[in-house]
Amino acid sequence: MASLTPLLITRDLCRSFGGLRAVDQVDFSLPEGETHAIIGPNGAGKTTFVSLICGRVAPTSGSVVFDGTDISRMPAHKRVRAGIAYTFQITSVFANLSAFDNVALAVQRRLIDDHERGLTSRALVEHGMDALHKVGLAALADKVAGNLSYGHQRLLEVAMGLALKPRLLILDEPTQGLSDSEIENFISLVRQIGEEATVLLIEHNMDVVMALAQRITVMEQGRVLAQGGPAEIRANPAVQQAYLGG
Amino acid sequence: MKIQTNLAPSAKSLALHAGVVLLLLALNFLLPEYHRGIFARVLVLSVFAMGYNLAFGYTGLLSLGHAMFFAAGLYGAGLPIYHLGWNVWPAFGAGILAGGALALVVGFLALRTTGVAFMIVTLMFAQVFYLTTLYFTTYTRGEEGLVLPQAVRRLSLPDGPLDLSDPSTRYLVALSLFTVVLAAILFLVRAPYGRSLVAIRENEERMRMLGYDVFANKLAAVVLSGTFCAAAGAAYGVLFGYVGSGFASIQYSILPLLWVLVGGAATTLGPLIGTLFMFYVIDTASSYTTAHLLVVGLVLIGVILFFPKGIAGTVRERWLRWLP
Repeated sequence: MASLTPLLITRDLCRSFGGLRAVDQVDFSLPEGETHAIIGPNGAGKTTFVSLICGRVAPTSGSVVFDGTDISRMPAHKRVRAGIAYTFQITSVFANLSAFDNVALAVQRRLIDDHERGLTSRALVEHGMDALHKVGLAALADKVAGNLSYGHQRLLEVAMGLALKPRLLILDEPTQGLSDSEIENFISLVRQIGEEATVLLIEHNMDVVMALAQRITVMEQGRVLAQGGPAEIRANPAVQQAYLGG
Repeated sequence: MKIQTNLAPSAKSLALHAGVVLLLLALNFLLPEYHRGIFARVLVLSVFAMGYNLAFGYTGLLSLGHAMFFAAGLYGAGLPIYHLGWNVWPAFGAGILAGGALALVVGFLALRTTGVAFMIVTLMFAQVFYLTTLYFTTYTRGEEGLVLPQAVRRLSLPDGPLDLSDPSTRYLVALSLFTVVLAAILFLVRAPYGRSLVAIRENEERMRMLGYDVFANKLAAVVLSGTFCAAAGAAYGVLFGYVGSGFASIQYSILPLLWVLVGGAATTLGPLIGTLFMFYVIDTASSYTTAHLLVVGLVLIGVILFFPKGIAGTVRERWLRWLP
């Protein structure tokens, strides 16, 4: 069961770009341990909303509270170290480095903060390979990331997020461009991750959403249109009209 | 599968770098006087290039103002010697401090910009520095510069003073500085900090979202880079006995960029190779023709055609993947 205080709370969160209200008065709370999906048509403000949470975009007004601390003004890199990891919608790996070195950069950052274990070559290899094992890329560890297939690059992106050992992992359209069989694997991977971390997932593929999410938030024009379990969302007439196509 | 990650340089690369230093040491006894003089100059200037390479090659910060750090070291050491009669040791320290402090201030302001704006801002700061050296002509004697007399260019050591104007001593002191900075950079680029600099160059936004403070990392790189360049400047002043505004001019901001590009950006030995290569191309060409810049231009085009990543960079890419 979720603990009493949610891991993440946003209050009256707004972000405008010029005259456009990309995110409009969003109140949102996410209990620890939940896998939560955000859906909505293109331009609904989903990516802007999670960018406000991870600090890539500053809010126009409103607040973000993570684990009881107001992080609204905290720079992105500090939020990452506080336990919020973000995987990019557009694959953003270090193309010239090997798969292992990509993950090692994430591990390295965490080990620098972990004064007990400290940063050693051994710990780096151990934790880095561990993250690659989880996503099934261990056999490709020494391959240059830019030469990996698109699906593998997406998995590498997730491995980098996992290597940070986040409390909240934000996945921004992780299955975009993946084949059906890759999506199958992906679903079981996210299930595994969900046992250890809270997952916030932006996703267009409804099969993935229904398979993974315990709760779903539907956004439209920067606002929360509906929120609830998969069955509720499926049955909600407003959602059907706006998004699921009636 | 065996994945290895070394946070220190491999035995092979340590051996290579030690070999280069030993070869340079042997050259002190083998080279004719004229060439030994050139080599001593090249060693000091390649420290300048190595410092520049840390910012430009590894971190991807294209600065057009590094002459100010070299000149800060040059004046930071030269002015106290000339006007206050300081010894070489404290003066050398003052030069390094001056460069490091200047890099901290300039870095703090200039790193708010990126790309072309960064180039322009660093260029502007360097011009301000250059014009300042001209403004205070009373103390610096501007373009004409100060000549440090042989009597004050002595390095006091427990066994008695070393005369830095002696060609062999000068060569060995230059080589010592070169070795220290080369070793520092060799270890730095394998260390976690060096890797994060390269990663920032490759994908800054990703590094931020891995929890790295990108600004602080870049600022540290600029300060280190400026400090190495200042060390080169301070050494240049005391070894060659001349401190002039010419070293603060735009030309000396472009030269390290050229040396690093020719030798190979983001390689440890590239700065030495590039500096040496350019010195000899200019030296050889100007002994045959007054149109030596034409020859230099043609040679540079050739280098770019056949060594697009610089000499050491292309060698690494094609043949020796393990080169640091």
